[in-house]
Amino acid sequence: MAYFLQQLINGIALGSIYGLIAIGYTMVYGIIGMINFAHGDIFMVGAFVALIAFLLIMSLGLTLIPLALVLVLIIAMLLTAVWGWTVERIAYRPLRESFRLAPLITAIGMSIILQNFMQVAQGARVKPLQPVVTGGYEIFNEGGFEVNLSNIQIVIVVTTVLLMGVFWLIITRTALGRAQRACEQDRLMASLSGVNVDRTISLTFVMGAALAAVAGLLYLLYYGVIDFFIGFVAGIKAFTAAVFGGIGSLPGAMLGGLIIGLIETFWSAYAPNGPEYKDVAAFSMLAIVLIFFPTGLLGRPEIEKV
Amino acid sequence: MSVGAKAWGTRLRSALSDAIISAWIAFFLFCLTLGVRTVDSVRGLTLKSRPGLLAIAVGIVFFGRLLLNLFVWQADYPPTRPFAKLYTGEPFERRDWWVLGLTGLIAAVLGGGSVLLASFTPSATSVALAIRLVAIVILVFEAIGLVHRLMVHFFPNLPYARIFIIAGVLFAVAFPLTSYLMEKTFHIGLPLRYLFDLSILVLTYVMLGWGLNIVVGLAGLLDLGYVAFYAVGAYVFALLATTFSWTFWMCLPIAGAAAALWGCTVGLPVLRLRGDYLAIVTLAFAEIVRIVLINWTDITHGPNGISDIPKPTFFGLPFGANGETFSTFFGLRYDPLHAIIFLYYVIFGLAILTNVLTSRLRRLPIGRAWEAMREDEIACRSLGINTTITKLSAFATGAMFGGFAGAFFATRQGFISPESFTFMESATILAIVVLGGLGSQLGVALAAIVLVGGFEAMRNTQGLRLIFGPDFDPALYRMLLFGIAMVAIMVWRPGGIVSRRTPSITLSGSRGSAAQHVNEGRA
Repeated sequence: MAYFLQQLINGIALGSIYGLIAIGYTMVYGIIGMINFAHGDIFMVGAFVALIAFLLIMSLGLTLIPLALVLVLIIAMLLTAVWGWTVERIAYRPLRESFRLAPLITAIGMSIILQNFMQVAQGARVKPLQPVVTGGYEIFNEGGFEVNLSNIQIVIVVTTVLLMGVFWLIITRTALGRAQRACEQDRLMASLSGVNVDRTISLTFVMGAALAAVAGLLYLLYYGVIDFFIGFVAGIKAFTAAVFGGIGSLPGAMLGGLIIGLIETFWSAYAPNGPEYKDVAAFSMLAIVLIFFPTGLLGRPEIEKV
Repeated sequence: MSVGAKAWGTRLRSALSDAIISAWIAFFLFCLTLGVRTVDSVRGLTLKSRPGLLAIAVGIVFFGRLLLNLFVWQADYPPTRPFAKLYTGEPFERRDWWVLGLTGLIAAVLGGGSVLLASFTPSATSVALAIRLVAIVILVFEAIGLVHRLMVHFFPNLPYARIFIIAGVLFAVAFPLTSYLMEKTFHIGLPLRYLFDLSILVLTYVMLGWGLNIVVGLAGLLDLGYVAFYAVGAYVFALLATTFSWTFWMCLPIAGAAAALWGCTVGLPVLRLRGDYLAIVTLAFAEIVRIVLINWTDITHGPNGISDIPKPTFFGLPFGANGETFSTFFGLRYDPLHAIIFLYYVIFGLAILTNVLTSRLRRLPIGRAWEAMREDEIACRSLGINTTITKLSAFATGAMFGGFAGAFFATRQGFISPESFTFMESATILAIVVLGGLGSQLGVALAAIVLVGGFEAMRNTQGLRLIFGPDFDPALYRMLLFGIAMVAIMVWRPGGIVSRRTPSITLSGSRGSAAQHVNEGRA
């Protein structure tokens, strides 16, 4: 029981990070119907920017950790958002009216560019960071096995829930969210009704990149080590999560992220050879779910029109 | 020139504001990523600032945008137009000839000057080489363009595509033997080993591209996990050859069949899924294959891979120095290059087999069903085509060729490990197919030559090091350049190098007559 609870806590923390990245995939897919393959690498860029900003702030002599983290969060969100905007502007906008595979190829190209740019600019070695948010609570103790809820896990879950709330409000209550939903349904009609489609799509990428930066910062704080290749695996997992929950649906992305995180953690904890095959478990689960729910758990059913 | 002072002023102003905005964006992009470098030290990570590099990057963006804006994007006579006209066939004006002639003259003078410079001051060799490279590129570009224009002008009706293909195939057949014989008789110092290895690599990718082309280009199914079939073929052959010591030619069909079987296994669950779901599931299956290969150490030896995979034999004659071998049987002096030339012809034959089979299949009902499914799946189903079987057959056929290529890869390398079957391989093959032009066999071959050849050529180039200084490591930048090339080619020509192939058969004239009706209505 104690072991189960501990794994549940770990799984939710991991799932929250996946969920934050998955939102970026799901929003972009919803609005322009393409897999933004470079999104995982935007997450990686966000983690690097957060690391460098944190070191910079520390070296400037600011020692109050919570204030420093808030500053780092803002800097990382802003700078990574610029990356997201640039990627859309260079690689996707010129191909928006092209056939479906074209932006996917530029997305893969952008992913390669971002990875190798980071490798050239910051070196191929892994970047460690000593634990910043330490400590935690012992929830209960069962025969010597402690169930711990660490502070960083609390930070991850609270940040995720908070951001989900903010983005949910943006999508449902603001003019921007209305414009996004309009573009999602019919881009031409939206533009005829006075919605600036280019701007809306750009802002979608900016929002997705900002969330990826948050995920990058949380990943950095949770694991304490990053390198230029983390974007690939995290990106595939997050995309799996988005598909799992039903691509295009915001709550679906969060739910998918949580489920993928839980599957991975429980599989590593309980299955024989678990840690080696945890990715196999997550991907097989994806295939199985898609066979029975071809549009994901919370996705709207696709209506085929001739 | 028609550009007045006022127009010039507004142009300058808009170009400047655009360049300043771009420079700011570049600054935000690079301020933390390029401007600061993390350095390992005793106390953990520390930072080292690099303001110079940041300034250079921002400056390149600023001046690049400014010049492009002023002289290309906003100019009413961009100086790039005459060069484009060489290839598009628009009529020339007098000023076009002036621009082309002057550039050619300047390039020739600079090229000649660089030779003189290098002979007088040996210290400036790298600068001279750089100038000569640029001059040669300009001259070759103009010369090919002129020849192209002249050919099109005097012989407009020749079947150029066919001539090009026949010439390409003839060259591919003759290349290894002629270069080998030339080297052996005249000793010109050709790097034969390197050339053959590179062309074998290119041909492997051509074959993989043609195989994936069946799935993506013909059937319109987006497969992000093609490398899984390649891996299955390679491992099946390697395991059979090392445990039962079966020969390459026995295992080749088995490897193809195993890969096709795996294609069916992947295909069955994903048949109900639409495009992008299919993409992610194929990607997931490829990752599963790789993870299993890494972790199933009893069979696959995990990350250590399988080594000592035998080479193919020439009708039972091995290529070696001892015993009854190819060289002793034909009375030749032993040369390790014989084996490589043989491997070249094996992969060439396999690639041609893929190509011929594909173009034959295309004319069969199944091939037409593939193309019909790509164009409109619902219409296809309502016409009574079984889309399940159609999709499965496309998947299995593509997978089979992937398996053949995998077996060849294993026998050529002599060693395989899961390292060789990462997502990057799938991405490269898919990029070759899409950049070449979906469904176009010629385009795929050209894209494979451009991407893989260019990519590999960067590995050993000393010239780049001469230009950029001894610290320059091309291997570090070559993936970066590969990514940039992918994005640039796609943005420049979204249809691919050779534009997208239309269906093999259409209702002839239907489109034309519809257009006619519209025109009649207008009149």
